[in-house]
Amino acid sequence: MSLAYYPGCTLKTKARNLEGPAVASMEALGLKLDELPRWNCCGAVYSLAEDDLLHQVAPVRNLIRAREQGKDELVTLCAFCFNTLKRANLLMKEDAEKRNTINSFMNEEADYSGEVKVVHLLEVLRDEIGWEALSQKVKLPLRELKAAPYYGCMLLRPREIAIDSVEDPAILREFLKALGASPVDFPESTRCCGSYQIVSSPDDIPEYARPILNSALSHGAEALVLTCPLCDYNLGRAQQELVKKQSGFRKMPLFYFTQLLALALGLDPRVCNFELNHGSPESLLKEKNLLSQSESFQPIGG
Amino acid sequence: MSVTVSSKRLRREFVKKVKELSGQNLQLCYQCGMCTGNCPAAANMDISPLRIIALARLGLEEDIAGSKTVWICASCLACTVNCPRGFDLSKVMEAIRLLTLRKNVDRIRPEDIPPQERCDLPQIAMVSGLRKFTG
Repeated sequence: MSLAYYPGCTLKTKARNLEGPAVASMEALGLKLDELPRWNCCGAVYSLAEDDLLHQVAPVRNLIRAREQGKDELVTLCAFCFNTLKRANLLMKEDAEKRNTINSFMNEEADYSGEVKVVHLLEVLRDEIGWEALSQKVKLPLRELKAAPYYGCMLLRPREIAIDSVEDPAILREFLKALGASPVDFPESTRCCGSYQIVSSPDDIPEYARPILNSALSHGAEALVLTCPLCDYNLGRAQQELVKKQSGFRKMPLFYFTQLLALALGLDPRVCNFELNHGSPESLLKEKNLLSQSESFQPIGG
Repeated sequence: MSVTVSSKRLRREFVKKVKELSGQNLQLCYQCGMCTGNCPAAANMDISPLRIIALARLGLEEDIAGSKTVWICASCLACTVNCPRGFDLSKVMEAIRLLTLRKNVDRIRPEDIPPQERCDLPQIAMVSGLRKFTG
């Protein structure tokens, strides 16, 4: 069985370490991710202005491509793309006036009214495979790995598109349990990492990251588990700055959830592209016997 | 911090535009401060998120225009999901940003981003940054 899948720009370049292990893992789980033909950039952020319908065209075109494949569900993996596509879909479903304007503007496309369901890969794992079934597929349990789920913003806000409870999300915790790890809850797990402020105010990012990283560490986490390429970039970069600024600051390895999935399923670690991680995970993985001592990679984030 | 409210300072067109672009009823807010309390960037802002709403509905455009608050907002929506009145402040922040950007006044210039940084940044950062800070 295959699922229609939208990758987005970042997963094809900077975040191949998010996509590669996802594609390999889903194939191993028997639900192949089938990339949409002719997908385009979703626009990265959802347009918040009432009169700005032009920026809704890009995400809606992708939804139309999914429907052309005869699919009623579109799987996303990048947190930004998930948010933008799901919000645009909701707009097309619920706002008749704006839907008509957008459909009229795209007169070369068939009319669209939100028929495709946008889901995140974590929802597929929870709702279509199930934690119990997933745990039975685990070949290399992540025993003794104290991993803190970090959600960021895009999977949980606004409320109408959230993949789980906005206040007390459990999906990453349950995912980690299914892989045999020991999830570590911490109160800053949904706090923003600074997002696109990295473009205009890069010097502010360490102050966004500091409470998140310190909180995870003080709750006993050995690593942070991420879903978003911008969280990886911001938190990874900020750690390098914080080491210089704050004496005694301890860097924390950062993983994408898909990398831990691939490792637990016993796949070749090379599908994880660990060299692209911004928070260096190599020594922790070796310490936990999740990576053979002979494996080596040069992380870009030091 | 006190503000002077007078008909001379009231910019009715500004209030109308903010309402139109955001789709939000500015009178809904009862200034409880949940937005500010939940904002991860509030400490860096010169005008707090709840005060932005107060100034916007009084039409005090000049007070807001000189502030860096809307440019520090990362649209993380912590305010939106925690508002007891169902008010979406992220849309008001966007409306105020757009009123500047649509005058062809950009907040950043891509050429000012160091080349190595431009090369390293993930695409979602570049695209969203340019969407939020340029017209």
